[in-house]
Amino acid sequence: MDIKFSAKDIAFRGEVREFFATEYDATVAAQLSGSPGTDYKSAIVSWQKKLYAKGWIAPGWPKEYGGTDWSATQKFIYETERGLAGIPDVVPFGLKMVAPVIYTFGTEEQKARFLPSILNSDDWWCQGYSEPGAGSDLAALSTSADYAGDNYIVNGRKIWTTFAQYADWIFCLVRTSKGIRRQEGISFLLIDMKTPGITVKPIVTIDGKHSLNEVLFEDVSVPTENLIGEQDKGWTYAKALLAHERTGMAEVADSKRMLEGLKQRAAAEINGGKPMIEDPVFQMRMSDIEMELMALEYTELRVFASMAAGGMPGPESSLLKIKGTEISQAIHELQLQLAANYGGALPSELSSDELGHDFAAEARGKYMYGRAATIYGGSNEVQRNVIAKAVLGL
Amino acid sequence: MNFEFSEEQTMIKDSVSRFVREQYDFDTRRGIIGSDAGISREFWTMFAELGWLSVPFAEEYGGFGGNAVDIAVVMEELGKGIVVEPYASTVVVFGGLVSASTNTDLKEQVIPSIIDGSCLGSFAYVEPQSRFEMTDITTTATENDSGYTLNGVKTVVANGGTANKFIVSARTSGEQFDHSGISLFLVDAESPGVDVKAYKMMDGQSAATVTFSDVKVAESQLLHTAGEGMDLVDQVMPQILIGLSAEALGIMATLNTLTVDYTKTRQQFGTPISSFQVLQHRMVDTFMACEQTKSMLYRGLCESKSVAEGETDVEALAKTVHALKATVARYGKTIGEEAIQLHGGIGMTDELNIGHYVKRLMMINTTFGDGDFHQKKFNQLSYSV
Repeated sequence: MDIKFSAKDIAFRGEVREFFATEYDATVAAQLSGSPGTDYKSAIVSWQKKLYAKGWIAPGWPKEYGGTDWSATQKFIYETERGLAGIPDVVPFGLKMVAPVIYTFGTEEQKARFLPSILNSDDWWCQGYSEPGAGSDLAALSTSADYAGDNYIVNGRKIWTTFAQYADWIFCLVRTSKGIRRQEGISFLLIDMKTPGITVKPIVTIDGKHSLNEVLFEDVSVPTENLIGEQDKGWTYAKALLAHERTGMAEVADSKRMLEGLKQRAAAEINGGKPMIEDPVFQMRMSDIEMELMALEYTELRVFASMAAGGMPGPESSLLKIKGTEISQAIHELQLQLAANYGGALPSELSSDELGHDFAAEARGKYMYGRAATIYGGSNEVQRNVIAKAVLGL
Repeated sequence: MNFEFSEEQTMIKDSVSRFVREQYDFDTRRGIIGSDAGISREFWTMFAELGWLSVPFAEEYGGFGGNAVDIAVVMEELGKGIVVEPYASTVVVFGGLVSASTNTDLKEQVIPSIIDGSCLGSFAYVEPQSRFEMTDITTTATENDSGYTLNGVKTVVANGGTANKFIVSARTSGEQFDHSGISLFLVDAESPGVDVKAYKMMDGQSAATVTFSDVKVAESQLLHTAGEGMDLVDQVMPQILIGLSAEALGIMATLNTLTVDYTKTRQQFGTPISSFQVLQHRMVDTFMACEQTKSMLYRGLCESKSVAEGETDVEALAKTVHALKATVARYGKTIGEEAIQLHGGIGMTDELNIGHYVKRLMMINTTFGDGDFHQKKFNQLSYSV
């Protein structure tokens, strides 16, 4: 029972801290937090290119493809420091989602063709999984890819596609045949977004922003060389990827940082002559969250320790996504509560002087968009089904 | 970094676990509770022989030299059997205070008698008016020529009916709620002027109201410098709260296992009720509650170790153990209530073990401060301008 890091790991942590402190400066931070006049895509791409230049863009990849060769402990330290510094994670679709599928199941040609431009962030990827009729029940997907000799002809609709408006490529699950089980007959295709027949339609979300899209495919021709692995076996590859998506969803360090921010704002907000941080009811709300987060931090450490020891994550890992997202939502809720009367004010209608708060718009945006956290990546209800079956044997 | 137990800890754990499994079934426990003594002296002697009573004490007094992790290991396993023998009150609480005492003569005299099983000790600190506030003390210790004279009433004294030694908190100076001016005395239960009225509590364990009427206590029975008793209590409190929380964790894990197993066998509508999604999700929530409690306990264990090594400040540990006790309160309630609900009618019966596990959890909640009490303390340490 010991949570000490080795001297070598502590030295590594110092190196990471120093790099973040130097490179993630106020300008980059302002651009990435969506300050007026900056566009998110160029801001995040330029930050990712800095990480690429440092050689730290893809800690999860094998060394031969451009990974860092870090130990599990180093990867954990890196992610923790990133969260504590308030630095957004890299856009996951290329680096964390499709790349592992390509280097695990792809051909040598596919690796050579796709991995370098994912690594240096020249190509932007998006994920074509969900469909109007296939959400949590992903195997119900019906977008079809008909084999036609040298190519597939793709028809159908993908939805909730984050950042499709920026994307150069989309990785899709498509139906290539009707198997006995619904999971059979699904294939994993890489599709160039410039191919004729693809239309991207924006979906504005309840935070008033546009990050989601619907992607329509009408007789889209995709060369067979863009098929990953074997035809009809795509579900297997996708499942491996989904497991990848669920790890790292606790975002403990990010939540710790948000909670510190919440305390600072609560100390500054005055209600009836007293700071909100001294309000006994608000204190109870804060400590409900803080105590849960203190526990989750150790749940994450337990998972990490068993993985660092070469083991598989134990049953405790399955609750990381559920608890992690519930906690971040609860912090968003209190941020918005602190904004009080200004929580509903729109920055497009009121100047920040009139608004009275510099954080109200951000707090509302995070609260509204934050509702998605318990829906995506396998909704929290689906996660509970997974634990019921896999852990409790129900 | 690791969350494994050492070889020695694993041995103790297995030893207590085997005892609970093989010798402490529910009927045996019921028989012990129904007996006059309310505890089994034979088992207590066996605990001594197996070395369990020596776990937290320094080697120079014949102890095992264990730390918070060792105590937690024993307490968690005892919790799984809702063992009524007074390990917590004698070894963890009473023994913890004696260990922290600066009175070497007293330690040399008392610790070996705890280890050999002859001393059953209890900390008498609750007063009729005090609720959970330990500084709310009206019991007085007045200095005289030969020492002190104690007067006052202590209530709900854990295992007060069986204890042959008490540590009594009494005011030697200051006002009712002052932190300073409180002194801790070792008092023999047989001393003239000590009146013990014992009764059972809902968890089957005994307690007592102990009245002190002009009880003469020698100065040599002071655990420390007069007036600084609360410092000693504060010092030992993390270990006490960790021990009780570990016992609670053992109970919570057991309730969850029993409930999951029951739903797999209970048939309704022609199918095991475990197949119903609404029940599955509730059991997932109680599973998560237990894992989170375990993580909080491990946080307390790791931090108390690093406090001992001078690497974590005492206030961080204090914050953590308040959070731990509050977490045990919240999730203990969740798990207990869900266990009864998911068992249905049978869960309501005195005959089934479920309700007895739940009642012990409820007692742990109100021992040394309930969830709200500790959350408020946590807030005081965490939130200010």
